[in-house]
Amino acid sequence: MTQAKSTAAFEEVLRVEGLSVEIGISTGLLRAVSGIDLHVGRGETLCIVGESGCGKTMTSLGIIGLLPRRARLTAERLVLEGRDLLALSPKQRAALRGDRMAMIFQDPMTSLNPVYTIGNQMEEIFLRHGKGDRKAARARAEYLLHKVGISAAASRLGQYPHQLSGGLRQRAMIAMTLMCDPTLIIADEPTTALDVTIQAQILHLLHDLQREYRMALILITHDLGIVARMATRVVVMYAGQVVETGTAAEVFAAPMHPYTRGLLDCIPIPGKTARGAQLGSIPGMVPALLGPIASCQFRNRCPQAFADCAAAPVPLRETAPGRTSRCLLTPASLVPQRAESLGAAE
Amino acid sequence: MTSIERDRRGIVALSPAPPYEREAPSPRMIMRRRALTHPGFLFGATIMLATILIAVFAPLLTPYDPYFQDLSQRLIPPVWAIKGSWAHIFGTDGMGRDYLTRLMFGARISLTIGFGAASIAGFIGTSLGLIGGYFGGKVDAVVMYLVNVKLALPGVLIALSLIEVFGGSVTSVTLVLGFLFWDRFVVVTRSVTQQTRIADYVTAAEAVGASRLRIILGEVLPNVANHIIVIASLEMGVAILVEAALSFLGLGIRPPTPSWGLMVSEGRNFMFFQPYLVAVPGIAIFVLVIAINMLGDGIRDITAPEGRN
Amino acid sequence: MPRFLIHRATIALLVAITVSIIGFTLLRLSGDLASALAGDTATPEQIAQTAHLYGLDRPLYIQYLDWVWKALHGDLGRSLFTNEPVTFLIGQRIGVTAQLSFMSLIFALAIAIPLGVLAATRPNSWVDRLALGLSVFGQAMPNFWFGLILIIVFGVTLRWLPISGTDSFANFILPTVTLGTSVMPAIMRVTRTGMLDALDADYIRTARAKGLSTGSVLFKHALRNAILPVVSLTAVSLGFLLGGSVIVESVFALNGIGFLAFQSILRTDFPVVQSIVVFVSLCYILLTFLSDIINAYLDPRIRLG
Repeated sequence: MTQAKSTAAFEEVLRVEGLSVEIGISTGLLRAVSGIDLHVGRGETLCIVGESGCGKTMTSLGIIGLLPRRARLTAERLVLEGRDLLALSPKQRAALRGDRMAMIFQDPMTSLNPVYTIGNQMEEIFLRHGKGDRKAARARAEYLLHKVGISAAASRLGQYPHQLSGGLRQRAMIAMTLMCDPTLIIADEPTTALDVTIQAQILHLLHDLQREYRMALILITHDLGIVARMATRVVVMYAGQVVETGTAAEVFAAPMHPYTRGLLDCIPIPGKTARGAQLGSIPGMVPALLGPIASCQFRNRCPQAFADCAAAPVPLRETAPGRTSRCLLTPASLVPQRAESLGAAE
Repeated sequence: MTSIERDRRGIVALSPAPPYEREAPSPRMIMRRRALTHPGFLFGATIMLATILIAVFAPLLTPYDPYFQDLSQRLIPPVWAIKGSWAHIFGTDGMGRDYLTRLMFGARISLTIGFGAASIAGFIGTSLGLIGGYFGGKVDAVVMYLVNVKLALPGVLIALSLIEVFGGSVTSVTLVLGFLFWDRFVVVTRSVTQQTRIADYVTAAEAVGASRLRIILGEVLPNVANHIIVIASLEMGVAILVEAALSFLGLGIRPPTPSWGLMVSEGRNFMFFQPYLVAVPGIAIFVLVIAINMLGDGIRDITAPEGRN
Repeated sequence: MPRFLIHRATIALLVAITVSIIGFTLLRLSGDLASALAGDTATPEQIAQTAHLYGLDRPLYIQYLDWVWKALHGDLGRSLFTNEPVTFLIGQRIGVTAQLSFMSLIFALAIAIPLGVLAATRPNSWVDRLALGLSVFGQAMPNFWFGLILIIVFGVTLRWLPISGTDSFANFILPTVTLGTSVMPAIMRVTRTGMLDALDADYIRTARAKGLSTGSVLFKHALRNAILPVVSLTAVSLGFLLGGSVIVESVFALNGIGFLAFQSILRTDFPVVQSIVVFVSLCYILLTFLSDIINAYLDPRIRLG
């Protein structure tokens, strides 16, 4: 991977500030996402990492405007290519979806409508956003299928989703998102439902496409291996909050938040981890996301928690441009990490 | 870091975990709570209970005999009409019999036939479904063939023919209906059995060498039980409706037994001037069937609400 | 797909044969049909004569095969009561029953499908509750009684509609409402559940992510998937309507095959009864086979394996 440039070098596509998602449930208001900031530029891959339930999917749905009915979005800023998304009506938002920003979902089998052909489902985006007529749509669909590595593209257009293998389906979905040449693509765990061998291919494909089309890519995952391969920058989320950000190199070489460090400790590194050595684990559970935040959300699982952690909510501190951590501990007071932790992604 | 290391480094103990982890309530407690707040279930259960009590204690609740005819007391309107009186709250029918009394005794007929037919149908259908779903292959093909034959036959016409042949007693009607409405049981039981069969705990039982019968009864049947109850309530309602229809047509329960359907039929002659003769038994049927259906739905919601939207 | 259809056709044929056997033996279960026909006062010789006259002294399977052979040549025997050919009797009355069944089905579909779709798009709203309420109502309502109530209210009290006979279209309105109300609930429920499942599916989320309009999402994507089970149910319902119209035809004095069957059962007119039972069953079998074909066509997963 190339050495990460500073974010200023990328032309900014998306800027999000103070995004929160609340869901009304029987026992109260669930704060799925609390005050997220993020931004991503052309040609840049931002990885959002975290465990299930940390809010990464809700964040992406909030950005693209597909939150479930009971969820409420609030944000200070939500700007795509200079357009203020918060000021748009739902109809205007819908006009941007699929056109300027697109989303790839986790399971390609269930994400495609089984009763329509691949071609039909690809062409309809093109037509819906008025990019051309039927013929132009068909031509572009065929071109993109070919581009994503599907042979016999013309005949594939007439096939149904169940007739393609898992890897091909995901490729087709990727091709589908490119129909209108969006500037932002959000991929929510795009390889989780696929075989391991196919995973690498798909990631490779995304990487190549990005290099060619220079769209901004937000990649949501729980797999640090994928982050190491793909990320320009990383945002680590926990319990609905951002707990650490930085370039991939920075975060892997010197993680600052105990949660990030805990995650890295859990991974065995071939060649580095000694046989028989104990893998790390993070004891405890994610706290319930109800009620206002009154303290550090990680303190009950943190090996270095102390009294102040329970006293008040912890602010996100910036130690260097683009490098933040939501922890009261200074880098100096952090306990040395295990020797086998992942080195800088190179 | 282990707690030992934490102590060694002198790090202060963490504040106690917030009380989010209360002890999870037992399934029975959950069900009870749901049952007491589910309006459909409460409505259904209340009506059913009331109907059963009325049916059982009918002789004690009324001074009249449902079969006693008094032609001098014919066609007295119910208490809310002009010529009505409290002596006959629901009036009398064309033969001078007290209508409320006949209604109460009619509840016995409806409940007996309903329970009976649903039980017979449930037994036949569940057995077939378990067998077909568990053994699969040719056995299953036979079961599905039987179901298809049953579905193709027009149930009401068959019932009419059979009752013409065998006569219209409570027993014969119950048997006929029981043998005609088992198809839904088969379909549901079979599908659940198929799903359960491939579950790991069944494979485990088979590996241990448990006899097939034991597996079917011990592992599969409990899973199916919830669905069977719902279907049973549905079919009970159907049985009551069909019996009423058959009796109405004259090929069901024979007079003078006070089947509600028969009462509607008898009241038809006087329908234009004394509509209550037709209205009252019909409402009784309607309310009872609604109650049974809501009870079944309620039980399903209470025991397994995940399937509900 | 051809293999799938051949399989279905074979089963259909097997079922049809079984049904014909059952229909044939139905009224003979009482044991002695001959004495029933000959009457209470008949002497044993007269009974034997009657038996011979109607061919009832032959072995059962011979009678069956004879009947099937004749039936395949269009001869369903003669009514014992009126001596008219059964085919003629059925032909006379099938129009009424068919008209009633189709009208009831259309009535049911016209209410059930829009209501089901609407209820699914607005769960827990008043529309949803209304839909479920109507469904409960329709399922618990005794057919015959509902018909009588409609007669009392609309035919007598309000005098808006005729209450018996088959003179005009208006005669069919009340029977249609009565019969339609009994099949409407199931169709509404299946539509609603199908739409709820479809709307919950991942491909709907994809469709929305593509920026498609609400109409497109609802009708092009969701409904197209939800409609599959509804098609099967519609075919089954039509079959049920053909066989279950007895009650409504009796209440409204409509001269259809249901009413004919009922009268024939009372009169032990077995040629008519067995013919109608088998005829209705065959219609049902044909309809379900048709719905299998339609389903296979609508669902590419079945069509292309």
